[in-house]
Amino acid sequence: MIPFLFVVLVTVATVVIGIVATRGAKTTADFFVAGRSVSVGMNAAAISGEYLSAASFMGIAGLIMKSGYDALWYPVGYAAGYLFLLLFIAGPLRRFGAYTIPDFAQGRFDSPSFRKIAVIFVLFIGFFYTMPQMKGAGVTMAAILNWPYAIGIMVVGTVITFNVAVGGMKGITLVQAFQYWAKLFAISVPVFVLAAVFGSPAPDSGVKNSVAGLPTVASGTTVKVKGSAAFPANVLATPVGGIALVFPKGAEIEKIAPVRKLAPNEKLDGLARPSEIYGMTVAGGGAEGLDKLKDVKFLPGTRLTSVPIPVLVDGQPLMKDGKPVTTTMKFEFATPTEVRMEAVDGSPDSPVAAPNAPNDKAWEHPFGPLTSKHGYPLLYTYSLIIALVCGTAGLPHILVRFYTNPDGRAAKRTTLWVMVMLGAFYVFTPLWGTLGRAHMPELYANNTTDAVVIKLPMMLENKLLGEILSGVTSAGAFAAFMSTFSGLLVSMSGAFAHDIYGKMLRPNATGDERMKAFKWAAVGVGVVSMVLGLFVETFDIATMVGWAFAIGAASYFPLLLLGSWWRGLTSTGAASGMLVGGVASLLAIVTSMLLDKKILTMDVSPLVRSLLEQPAIWGVPLSLIIMFVVSKLTASQIPADVDAKMLRLHAPEELGMSKNYE
Amino acid sequence: MSMRNDADHAALLARVLKRQSRLGLAVAAVFVVVLVGLPLANMFSPASVEFKVGGFTATWLFLGVLFYIVTAGLAFVFVNASNKIEDETIAEYRGKAKL
Repeated sequence: MIPFLFVVLVTVATVVIGIVATRGAKTTADFFVAGRSVSVGMNAAAISGEYLSAASFMGIAGLIMKSGYDALWYPVGYAAGYLFLLLFIAGPLRRFGAYTIPDFAQGRFDSPSFRKIAVIFVLFIGFFYTMPQMKGAGVTMAAILNWPYAIGIMVVGTVITFNVAVGGMKGITLVQAFQYWAKLFAISVPVFVLAAVFGSPAPDSGVKNSVAGLPTVASGTTVKVKGSAAFPANVLATPVGGIALVFPKGAEIEKIAPVRKLAPNEKLDGLARPSEIYGMTVAGGGAEGLDKLKDVKFLPGTRLTSVPIPVLVDGQPLMKDGKPVTTTMKFEFATPTEVRMEAVDGSPDSPVAAPNAPNDKAWEHPFGPLTSKHGYPLLYTYSLIIALVCGTAGLPHILVRFYTNPDGRAAKRTTLWVMVMLGAFYVFTPLWGTLGRAHMPELYANNTTDAVVIKLPMMLENKLLGEILSGVTSAGAFAAFMSTFSGLLVSMSGAFAHDIYGKMLRPNATGDERMKAFKWAAVGVGVVSMVLGLFVETFDIATMVGWAFAIGAASYFPLLLLGSWWRGLTSTGAASGMLVGGVASLLAIVTSMLLDKKILTMDVSPLVRSLLEQPAIWGVPLSLIIMFVVSKLTASQIPADVDAKMLRLHAPEELGMSKNYE
Repeated sequence: MSMRNDADHAALLARVLKRQSRLGLAVAAVFVVVLVGLPLANMFSPASVEFKVGGFTATWLFLGVLFYIVTAGLAFVFVNASNKIEDETIAEYRGKAKL
């Protein structure tokens, strides 16, 4: 109940602040760019508030808990992207004085048709970014109040759509700034309290009772494992330290397979029989179909004991460093199932190694399970860095906020402060990850490390304090979905009202008519976003955000970089690069996702698999090269007044060469 | 603002682009060395990043904490230098206008 009260508090504060701020929103410029009068501090807080989404607030801590060191690149990339934005884009973009990014696309090249492509990308990236926010809202309300998934989506969607439709950009600037500070409070204060109670959050000091280098749960801990709809989050890999799994209500298993990917000449020691597979024994209830390792059914009360299984080559034990190589089995659950984890010896005092957890060495050191999964860790790391850094500088809903600054200098100072504010937030996320690994490793077992910031406070012995801290983090998570969704809604509504309605459908529309169009667009986009959110319950938040980043990195980033600095860029060149780079990256990511979900089954080499999952390392250069080559081939399209346009982008406002849209 | 001829504008543009892009590329180069260098150090010289500070390995501490300070520091240097270039550009341009 306490977490719910905190969520209500932050929601009410959001509505009230939105209404107060809306009083000043009267003109078209107020709605689209907050009258271009937002101060550096306010805009930096608003940009940070908008940027710190569900992926940042819940996903990063969860990913660090799950994958360790390698996941630190995510917050670093999210924050570091602003340095590229500062160095090459923020100042020139603001000086161009547009309302939306498609305005820049058309204005820079005098090409109305290029505006259409730019609008499509704004909407595409926007909806991809909206879906994970909606999922975050649904999941959080389900976690703290057991509400149905759809209700959380409806609550967040309706509140924000109301705020944006009523106040536009001016209305949400103050809200987003408030939500940055709410999120900073929510990520920092509870973790200080938890560290004070639990002890040092250093990676190697928290795990006291490790078994075979794995964090441990108390014998008897019960978790609810997901079903096949959530694949691969329905997998439970038994730990090398041995474990007994009890299914109080029975279980349906889609597939049982060894954790180690066996080479063609490798076999497991033992036999698969109806009552025993490779040394794993069944007691209690009983099992059906165990020898087939597929569509297995465990009856209620079954106790399955897992022990390490020796790997054989030509009938002899496979040895490494003088020790026999062993593996364990992993289970893919068909339906949501309750699983009790017990020590093999049955003693309630014996610690049990947590399933699915990486060992200390893999977790603490670079090139662990995240980047090494396809065998090319360095390539994976670099591609991830490029996606995050270039993707940040290519997100239209973030870029549009720079038009709210009074001038180019303010835009640059704003970016500097955004980096400071984001750093102040992200520095706390590893602490959540390390404390979660040490004190709540059961989250590994059912693949719910995403919930660590909400659930870890509940581990405190003082239950009231735990509820209050969980309430604070729940409110922070809510602020995250709301602020990011606000920005997305303004960006997409602006694209509809200004670019489609005001520039394509009714170029002679008055300011009032465009404001009305903005309000209706906000309602329409809000409703569509809520409906889309209902369909992505089984998708991973970080994956969906990754799609938006990859598309932005290979489309808008090259456009803005070359468009701001190279006078030779033509509209055909820019459009070709955006389309090929953006679409190819999207196809690669979707293919990778379909392979992950086993919807697509084909043999793909590990190198190609890495490049499909992290396409930025080839997608961004591909887009840049196509822009360069096609522009050279279509040099006759370079606008006659390109020098004036470049001066508009780069000359300080004091020289009178910048121009704002009216 | 007095009307200026195209040659003046072209010269102004060339000078602004050259000075600002040099500054941006210089700061970006430092940043890229850090971004490219850290994974390489982790891969090829793990011992150098292995020593511990307060329970954290040096590479954890750098990526988890110090990285933000380094990037904010680079941003601070850039903003000041970029603003200085803008001030000088304005002074030069207005100075020429008075001639």
